Amino acid sequence: MSERANLPPVYLDYQATTPCDPRVVQAMLPWFTEKFGNPSSATHAYGREAEAAVERARAQLAALIGAEPREIVFTSGATEANNLAVKGAAHFHRAFGKDHIVTLASEHKCVLESCLALEREGFRVTFLPVERNGLVDLARLEAALDERSLLVSVMAAHNEIGVLQPMAEIGKLCRARAILFHTDAAQAVGKIPIDVNQWGVDLMSISGHKIYGPKGIGALYVRRRPRARIAPLFDGGGQERGLRSGTLPTPLCVGLGEAAKIAQDGLAEEAARLLSLRNRFLAGIRARLPDAVVNGDLERRLPGNLNFSFAGVPAPDLMAACPGLALSSGSACTAASIEPSYVLRALGLSDALAAASIRIGLGRFTTAEEVDYSVETMAQAVRRLVPPMTSATARAT
Amino acid sequence: MSVRTAYLDWNATAPVLPEVAEAMAEALALCGNPSSVHRWGRAARQAVEAARAEVAALAGVSPDDVIFTSGGSEANHLALRGIDAPKFVSAIEHDSVLAAAPEATRIPVQTDGLVDLAALEAMLEDGALVSLMHANNETGVIQPVAAAARLVHARGGLLHSDAVQSAGKLPLDRRALGADLMTLSAHKIGGPQGVGALIAAPDLALQPLITGGGQERGRRAGTENVAGIVGFGVAARLARARLGQAAGVAALRDEAEAHMLAAVPARIFGVGAPRLANTLCIAMPGVAAATQVMALDLAGVMVSAGAACSSGKVRRSHVLAAMGAGDDADCAIRVSLGWSTTAAEIDRLVEAWAALYARSRVNAA
Repeated sequence: MSERANLPPVYLDYQATTPCDPRVVQAMLPWFTEKFGNPSSATHAYGREAEAAVERARAQLAALIGAEPREIVFTSGATEANNLAVKGAAHFHRAFGKDHIVTLASEHKCVLESCLALEREGFRVTFLPVERNGLVDLARLEAALDERSLLVSVMAAHNEIGVLQPMAEIGKLCRARAILFHTDAAQAVGKIPIDVNQWGVDLMSISGHKIYGPKGIGALYVRRRPRARIAPLFDGGGQERGLRSGTLPTPLCVGLGEAAKIAQDGLAEEAARLLSLRNRFLAGIRARLPDAVVNGDLERRLPGNLNFSFAGVPAPDLMAACPGLALSSGSACTAASIEPSYVLRALGLSDALAAASIRIGLGRFTTAEEVDYSVETMAQAVRRLVPPMTSATARAT
Repeated sequence: MSVRTAYLDWNATAPVLPEVAEAMAEALALCGNPSSVHRWGRAARQAVEAARAEVAALAGVSPDDVIFTSGGSEANHLALRGIDAPKFVSAIEHDSVLAAAPEATRIPVQTDGLVDLAALEAMLEDGALVSLMHANNETGVIQPVAAAARLVHARGGLLHSDAVQSAGKLPLDRRALGADLMTLSAHKIGGPQGVGALIAAPDLALQPLITGGGQERGRRAGTENVAGIVGFGVAARLARARLGQAAGVAALRDEAEAHMLAAVPARIFGVGAPRLANTLCIAMPGVAAATQVMALDLAGVMVSAGAACSSGKVRRSHVLAAMGAGDDADCAIRVSLGWSTTAAEIDRLVEAWAALYARSRVNAA
């Protein structure tokens, strides 16, 4: 282990953000300086060249999810895309007597906060509980739908526990009732194969910086047939077919397009490699710490994600004891707060176990050596920190 | 010396400065979510906060007043939609302001492009939000923001000023301007597209437009555009350093104006009012703006017919219409200069424009 002493910490937080792939950075750089036009400046060559680059990127991103290029609306990120989808659907369909939204209690904060904002405007929101494995019960979801439901929003791959929801089944339930189906796929895109038609989604949020692209860019997929109708979040210049005004950031669009292309080219191999690293991680931890609890379903799960609870070892203590590892206790958005993850409590975990949860995110630049080092470091720290009686107590319950 | 192309559309967007591109390339190589508590997260957070201080310095405010957004359009929406008050917006505001508050009462402007302060005073209600841009994007006319702010504050209201076009071209001092809220954009000052800011004091009640992870003190959710924000910070620092150099740009603009007027019986908009040193809005009577920008484009000269935002379509400018321009509004082009504009580029513009006028006279005859 001493050979890592002068190296930066092992990055195990790929669900919070990913490093921008050097190929992505290279693709972006010319669009900052020599090719700097405003893509809306159709009156001259600099503008048209920028517009062509944006359209190439749009096609690359569409190809990754089986969509048409004109179904892609660029946004400033997945948070904006989620706000646009949820608030935009609600505001558009209110005029048609629809006022009800169904989502899960374990969704990302930005979906939950958007729903809460809509509740204050008079919309009804059902926050469905999930099963202990993190998955939604389809019968319960179906029972929650009513005549005035306008939207179902379910995260494709979970940001903390990595579980993959049954998208195609949810899509069928929604389509049969002409209810819009939105998914926050920020963690799923580029990691697992996605076909918007096979899933039957109408709206899908995408993030640049979760797929080795830049921060500050994302997209919302908006289905054209049958058409998903939403109201814009902001208005003005009329860019993105009126759904999202504002000057398009050409270099960021190009970066997202390139990131999508790289992800698509190596998707199957990379998923298999990450799954094998994850299995190595899990086997290593289980061999050393038989009491470790894995949160969330292990079968229906992102290849690069693990989420452990070590009973009696609060996550902040474990992170402090592992300065050589870049870890997180859950969503980065709320990482600074030390309250236990609302997601894990939604899974039925006690506050103590939820407060003892650690998220492991493996990614494109993770190596087997890093996994082995991380397992050993974490196991030693847990053994040092675990109170003598806790492991026996935890086993007994 | 002759040049092949002349980029004279700086009010649409400006090239990213080399120092900015360098800083961004470095920041893109940083991996870290500024909200993460580990070392990489903290490094990203530090980069964001250093940039916040630079942007604050450009605007003459404290770093706590800076809310990073995805650009000027979003910042304008956050200001106009985030405050619950009767709204008044000048008739020449950017489309993003007009669209953010379609219900707002429009404040008329005079024929010189300056807002009609007497009309504002007569129509103003107590506790209103008034939006008056610092400098207009099409004509460059600098608005009497401080005087408007005094009227608004006397009635217990708030003033928002879209300073996207004036930042880096005029000294910005929020207190002197009297603005409670201010909009900035990075890509007009040599920073990247996709980042901007709303300036608003932390204790100002502002409803967020984008909700979620609680970033930007709960006023704007979403993982920060770290590299973009870093680029904005460097661009803001360089813009402050460049403020003393407006004279060179003004001389070139005045030269363009003089030569274009000598060649064509043209009409210049906003000529009687204080204007940004880099902007020239000029009409060639009888020749449609679309024809002019196409002819100039073929000659390698890049200008625009009004704002760049309207999905490429050339339509009558609401700004010139509000100034009572009549049919001349359909014949107006916007020429806008920047820090690297050369005399040779101006020559190319004047030459191509004069040639177009000569051709149009032949065709007409």
